[in-house]
Amino acid sequence: MTVAAAPPSAPLDRLSDLFWRRPRILLALLLAPPLLWLGIVYLGALFALLAQSFFSIDEFSGVIDRSFTLKTYAELLRPANLDIIVRTVLMAAAVSLASIAIAFPIAYFAARHARGRWKAAFYLCVMLPLWSSYLVKIYAWKMILAKEGIVSWAAAGLHLGWLLDGILGLPVIGGPSLSISYIGTFLVFVYVWLPFMILPMQAALERVPATLLEASADLGAGAGQTFRHVILPLAIPGIVAGSIFTFSLTLGDYIVPQIIGNSANFIGMAVYQQQGTAGNIPLAAAFAVVPIVIMMAYLWFAKRMGAFDAL
Amino acid sequence: MRSDRAPLGLAVAAAGGLLFLLAPLALIFLYAFTTDERSYTFPPPGLTTKWLAVAWGRQDVWDALGLSLRVASLATVIALVLGTLCAAAMVRTRFFGRDAISLLVVLPIALPGIITGISLRSAFSLMDIPFSTWTIVLGHATFCIVVVYNNAVARFRRLSGSLLEASADLGANGFQTFRHVVLPNIGTALLAGGMLAFALSFDEVIVTTFTAGQQATLPIWMLEELVRPRQRPVTNVVAMAVVLVTLLPILAAYSLTRGGDDVAGGGK
Amino acid sequence: MACAVEFERVARHFGEVRAVDGVDLAIPEGAFFAMLGPSGSGKTTCLRLISGFDQPTAGHIRIFGEAVEGVPPNRRSVNTVFQDYALFPHLDVRDNVAYGPMVRGVPKAERHRAAEEMLALVKLSGYGDRKPGQLSGGQRQRVALARALVNRPRVLLLDEPLGALDLKLREAMQDELKALQTRLGITFVFVTHDQGEALSMADTVAVFTEGRIAQVGTPSEIYERPRTRFVADFVGSSNVLPPEVAARFGAGPAWASLRPEALRLTAPGGAIEGRVTATRYLGAGTRVGIDIGGVELTALTPAGSPVPAPGERVGLAWAPEALHLMEPGQ
Repeated sequence: MTVAAAPPSAPLDRLSDLFWRRPRILLALLLAPPLLWLGIVYLGALFALLAQSFFSIDEFSGVIDRSFTLKTYAELLRPANLDIIVRTVLMAAAVSLASIAIAFPIAYFAARHARGRWKAAFYLCVMLPLWSSYLVKIYAWKMILAKEGIVSWAAAGLHLGWLLDGILGLPVIGGPSLSISYIGTFLVFVYVWLPFMILPMQAALERVPATLLEASADLGAGAGQTFRHVILPLAIPGIVAGSIFTFSLTLGDYIVPQIIGNSANFIGMAVYQQQGTAGNIPLAAAFAVVPIVIMMAYLWFAKRMGAFDAL
Repeated sequence: MRSDRAPLGLAVAAAGGLLFLLAPLALIFLYAFTTDERSYTFPPPGLTTKWLAVAWGRQDVWDALGLSLRVASLATVIALVLGTLCAAAMVRTRFFGRDAISLLVVLPIALPGIITGISLRSAFSLMDIPFSTWTIVLGHATFCIVVVYNNAVARFRRLSGSLLEASADLGANGFQTFRHVVLPNIGTALLAGGMLAFALSFDEVIVTTFTAGQQATLPIWMLEELVRPRQRPVTNVVAMAVVLVTLLPILAAYSLTRGGDDVAGGGK
Repeated sequence: MACAVEFERVARHFGEVRAVDGVDLAIPEGAFFAMLGPSGSGKTTCLRLISGFDQPTAGHIRIFGEAVEGVPPNRRSVNTVFQDYALFPHLDVRDNVAYGPMVRGVPKAERHRAAEEMLALVKLSGYGDRKPGQLSGGQRQRVALARALVNRPRVLLLDEPLGALDLKLREAMQDELKALQTRLGITFVFVTHDQGEALSMADTVAVFTEGRIAQVGTPSEIYERPRTRFVADFVGSSNVLPPEVAARFGAGPAWASLRPEALRLTAPGGAIEGRVTATRYLGAGTRVGIDIGGVELTALTPAGSPVPAPGERVGLAWAPEALHLMEPGQ
């Protein structure tokens, strides 16, 4: 080369020069397709939903009246509908608490005691159920909890049949068999969402530096005190992050209660029914807005607790 | 990280938890071979492999499988393109609205599936769009974007900026740098993201019920069988096949991205 | 002799921060030019302005007489050896070195041959099939060098090339770089914060501080006749004498610099004398601190000469030409 700079040769070269001179053009080109897609398909649909919730349906003709009204939201306050909302929120809370209790030992063990190969094995064991088919898992539990299924067989074999009957006899949450009861629904929810609770917890626990624990011991704290004062507070963002998943997923789920439960209504099922045979899309939309609002509040609260550092 | 032995109670609790996670899947496999067609008696009265042949012969199973594969492939391709473009834009420069875009990408998977489902459904009805394979793909691609995005971003971050500068310094224009330096280094992450997206789409049922109309993907087929069962063991056989089919991409994705926090499927 | 790189009133501002604040530079062709300075002084930014990874906010840059504003880095006949070497991890050594020819469309056989030639030049023959991850730091640096040189750049830029190497390796590489440059005749511009490196390798040194050049000159000029207090302090250690003290030494009332090795210790009595405060043994010599009444000076006595004990009174002798006056107000 005898000159200081070679001139551009191919059209690609010229285009590359343009991007170098004006990086914002490249940025815009990169972002345009995904943003257009997400904006139009997703946000557009969300707004359509929101809009629908302000419409109302004529009860007799079934025609949707597209004028702004709060009548549909008022419908949510009817006792039957309020029941549904309360029931769903209580179930979500119960599932979250139980998940925390069960996930914690697993996450703690994986984070602080598993090394090398065992760590990878743990990871796989948690990821497998997470990624194996959602429906398959529900189906498996339907078999397990069925009256003639493995739980009854095990209870009978261990002569704990009376315990099983006692549980089933509990008011409200019991039922004719485990697969037709709130307890059953609860168990399946916990099972299906458990990996979502384990992973953020494990991530948060892993991030506690060993030097902190050593410092705590050095200053005279016993194992229990170190746990309570050092590990637990640092694990809370992970716990909250995990509970976001369990809470949100339970709020919106309509398949689990349909398959395992006593056909009492949950928000998800109400949404499905209303937009299905009833054709009452405004009411379905209104129901759907409830989890959105609840989750926004929950997310705001979680952000204040630092949960998003753990995600 | 301490390497002292864990307290016995903790180890037992952890093992118990893991067993709890894996046992139900094992039962599915078991019930695929039971001779009892009508119920879930445990222990199974007898074992047979005839259901495998029966499942093979059911046309509705094949139709559902075909639709699922088509939808998953299309959704994966779209998600790969959009997710990679977005990741490339978000990784290097700081610009106004970056955090908002992060949130937007995650939203389809962060909000419950029923929200996504009914939003799309009401949008279709407002705009009079009839149900088709494309309405299903529309929903799937939207929540698959984040899976590809997370994997791509994680790998882009590990790509040192001086490599790109070195390539330019040696005379490569932007496209050559992309082809010779960027692509080889993010290729496996894209592959992993694509496989995770495929598995996610293949298994998805909630959003699909709202966007499929009368068609049945494999999960929808299974849902109908769960509610109105015809031959229960056949459902088990299909479930077993689904577990195996989704397992392979997951394992492959894991081995491709091991050595970092790359397998970031986020939530489901 | 043509001018390889010219800076004319070049500035690079990042908002309030003036990384480069009015720099004029003329690097002759075939020079081994060092840009020396502490971190944040603007030397690395200047290097990036030459290679094209940064654009000046004001001023002009010319490479061999041609203005390079608006010319992207991939079209400048300038190549860089990066501080972290930036070897492509997915390519083996031979393909790394052949990368430049590859993007220019040179056929495979030819570019592999050129790569092997370059590898022989940097004494890495036979390493062509290895991956960068399998090489040591020094070897990676040589691959980076070969990769840049194979393109026959007119100017080679080196960004803190020896920083990551240990002492022995660094000294060996200094000799090799110098020999390479002499043999190839290419203009080398390198950036460093190590003044020893700059003095031993370069034939011209530019000392940077706070975005400006404090002094340009040969290594001996910079060392023996520093123009400003900063240069005197940064390049080697020096006794920086305020005007009143310089007057006692017989120089004009101005800031002066006197290198420790130029001070000789004699018996007390004479023009200037003082008391020894502390001594430090360095192996090749001994550092002696001397209080001459309000000001502490440092003398460097060579190995073998007698070392006074702390508290002793000593006299000082120096050659008048070793006392160098610096510019006022610096």
